[in-house]
Amino acid sequence: MAPISNIEPSDRLVIGVALDGAGWHPAAWLDTESAAESLFTPDYWTHLIVIADEAGLDFATFEDALRLRSFGAFASPRDAHAASDAGDPPRTVDPDARADVVEGRLDALLTASLLAPRTRRIGLIPTVTTTYTEPFHVATALQTLDFVSQGRAGWQLRISADSATEANFGRQRLPRVEVANVIAGRPDAGLDELLDDAAESAEVARLLWDSWEDDAVIRDVSTGRFLDRSRVHRIDFEGSHFSVVGPSIVPRSPQGQIPVTLLSHSPRVHALAAVAADVVFVTPENDDAAAGASRGTSAADIVREVREAEASSGRAARGLAPLRIIADLVVALDDSGDLAIDRLSRLDALAGSPFSSDARIFAGSVPEAATLIERWQSDGIDGVRLRPVSVPTDLRLIADQLLPELRARGLVADPVPDGRFLRDAFALAPAANRFATRTTETEEVAA
Amino acid sequence: MTIATPHGSARRQVHLVAHFPGVNSHTIWSAPESGSQIDFSSFAHFARTAERGLFDYVFLAEGLRVREHGGQIHDLDVAGRPATLAILAGMASVTRNIGLVGTLSSTFNEPYELARQLATLDHLSNGRAGWNVVTTSDAFHGANFRRGAFLPYEERYRRAEEFVTLAKRLWDSWDADAILADRAGRRFADPERIHRVSHRGPQFDVAATSTVPRSPQRYPVIVQAGDSPAGRDFAAANAEVIFSRHTAFEEGQAFYRDVKGRLAGAGRGEDSLLILPGASFALGDTEDEARERARHISLAQTSPQTAIAWVEAIWGQELPGLDPDGALPEIDPSDGDQRQGQVSTNVQNRVARAAQLRERARTEGLTLRQLVAAETAKIEFIGTPAAVASEIDRYVQGRAADGFVLVPHITPTGLDEFVDRVVPLLQERGVFRTSYGADPETGANPTLRHTLGLPAPQGPSDAYAVDFQPDVPADAHLEGAAA
Repeated sequence: MAPISNIEPSDRLVIGVALDGAGWHPAAWLDTESAAESLFTPDYWTHLIVIADEAGLDFATFEDALRLRSFGAFASPRDAHAASDAGDPPRTVDPDARADVVEGRLDALLTASLLAPRTRRIGLIPTVTTTYTEPFHVATALQTLDFVSQGRAGWQLRISADSATEANFGRQRLPRVEVANVIAGRPDAGLDELLDDAAESAEVARLLWDSWEDDAVIRDVSTGRFLDRSRVHRIDFEGSHFSVVGPSIVPRSPQGQIPVTLLSHSPRVHALAAVAADVVFVTPENDDAAAGASRGTSAADIVREVREAEASSGRAARGLAPLRIIADLVVALDDSGDLAIDRLSRLDALAGSPFSSDARIFAGSVPEAATLIERWQSDGIDGVRLRPVSVPTDLRLIADQLLPELRARGLVADPVPDGRFLRDAFALAPAANRFATRTTETEEVAA
Repeated sequence: MTIATPHGSARRQVHLVAHFPGVNSHTIWSAPESGSQIDFSSFAHFARTAERGLFDYVFLAEGLRVREHGGQIHDLDVAGRPATLAILAGMASVTRNIGLVGTLSSTFNEPYELARQLATLDHLSNGRAGWNVVTTSDAFHGANFRRGAFLPYEERYRRAEEFVTLAKRLWDSWDADAILADRAGRRFADPERIHRVSHRGPQFDVAATSTVPRSPQRYPVIVQAGDSPAGRDFAAANAEVIFSRHTAFEEGQAFYRDVKGRLAGAGRGEDSLLILPGASFALGDTEDEARERARHISLAQTSPQTAIAWVEAIWGQELPGLDPDGALPEIDPSDGDQRQGQVSTNVQNRVARAAQLRERARTEGLTLRQLVAAETAKIEFIGTPAAVASEIDRYVQGRAADGFVLVPHITPTGLDEFVDRVVPLLQERGVFRTSYGADPETGANPTLRHTLGLPAPQGPSDAYAVDFQPDVPADAHLEGAAA
């Protein structure tokens, strides 16, 4: 069913969009076009995704986290209870919470599941965190999204290293991550442990995704067997953080292996991508401190760092395709560069401070944006994930103008037919099943 | 008490639920018309059919581990199913009015995550979400989860109780009017109306605020299926619907009286809880034809291999050479786990069960396969559409049930005939809705709780609260206390 595709990245760019709230600018919800008051309705998300799907964007990612955005200063449960025990007055409202930014988020995987039947060809990549979640639930929910979307599911893997998320779940004490270390790109034992746990979650997911072979359901009336149980496998995963027996409750999904993506700002996280992911989002050419270890790094240098991480992880030797390197770019577009800069300035003024982001912020005309993207391609970047400062304004400009401009320059392929698998969008070959391969090898050895 | 209905009649109204065919021997996969158990098209067809029939909600069971028999994957029944919440979100996408209820374990989930997922589903479906709260405690299922089998059997309802209490407080952590979207005043949300929930109990210890604003129904409709005394108490305190197994008329009446009698003690009115037994059906143009179809269904549900596997599960061991057309084993059951996660592990229960089975086979002159068919392939409603409609009505008017959870035996078309032939007759009798009653002006769909005719739900209990009481709308207090 899946068209045959190449192991090597395509020479055409992959173009996606990152959706989050009213857009990536803190004042996006104040934009006249914004429908932020309906942010928590199905119609809001349907409206946006249909724009992206009809334009032929390759994928959309959906941000998520198991905590509120601007609520940072809540005490841990321990501290809260201690304050209560000491007779302090109840303090249930966060003193640092901001009223002037969008707050609250719906679950990204469920939002993508709702949007799947309403779209035809766009890849749907929800953020699903690994730190406090059950790998079995994460893996089977993603498989279900792959069934509902008929092969268009992806996963943006994310960890939770903050104390607010820890307090939301309680009990489980996680290693402390020193933010200063992470921003400076220095080794951090706490971060290492969370990344190792994430790598195990990804490995469990991949094993579960293969635990049913494609032809496991036989419906053989003569023997009374629905399944050929020799083609349904326990995974018997024993990691250093947890164990999972398997098999999955979900049969192998249309793509078999769902593309795994993650956002990386540092060689340490590139290394996780090299073992766990198919696609890595990177943040070149950003002088903002929010870019962390990637601050001020050129696209060419980031590509080199990622390829080095791949080489030292032995990725190629394990038969895995090279990581698809997708550069993140925050975009404020308009008819001319000046108008775009003005628009961004107006949003900054509404927010009361200049917009700062972990990814480069670009304000300019559509041709200027296309020229930047073209240059990144020549540096070895495989695609771009556009983060619109405001939706639907910038999403419409991406759909109606930027994508046609990139097509006119021959950088992006013509619109694809309905039902294309997300793996194909990333030029990933159909995924072989590890368990099926294992059986074949055993037979060969026995013969 | 009777409820005046929009149709002007005083007859008690029937509620109907569509149970997606399960992963068990009741679901016939060998029939030519049997379709995919996993493709989304099957779930879309099923949900749309139930909505066409104006059912209250579609219902899904949950899979936490593929069933095993004798230490191997059980291969005789339909296997493989989607994750509950994601498929419900997909079904919400292709329907407009029908409720969406999923089974989710309070053992192998954390309140913070599950509460936000359910609240998300309630937003995405415009208020059509429900949660069938189940408890699990065995090592077999625990082997798929980080925490493993951490929960002693006796504690599973205590965890469920604490789980629901915490979930309700999280669902209340945003006041209903917390979102301002006030552009002129540059205030998107009012931080004063978004609260931290501090909770300290035996199971959970958190200081949390949901990421999801107050959802259309405030809470998803809470469904519960446990039948033990602890389960019934849990239901009386928390549930708005009970998915019951008591389908015989008098037994149903007794269960109905028992559970509804417990509501007053929980400060609730009789109409705040619906009792919906699970039931399957076989229809025919004549009574004879319906009986013939029922026989055909039972036989298809009980292959020789399925009959032997069922006996082995109760006996807790392999029984080589057992003849499906012969008698039950002479030996007594052991406490082995022949089919994991399906049968009581208490050996005394099993020996008693074996004696009961032998007695039935002897008095009714049944072979092993016939006995298993009689025991498992039970079909509650057999008859013409008129007879089945009449029987359903009798149960509801006689307070043996408030309606039924219908379990078809064919995926995905097993409900079609019921919708086409029985639903119109229930409507003619004046005991089933003729529309969902969407808002005529806005076209807005009714919430699931509205479709079920349930009052606003009770707020969380005060147990475990450390320093925060949610702002509960005054009318909710009144309705909750009107019992």
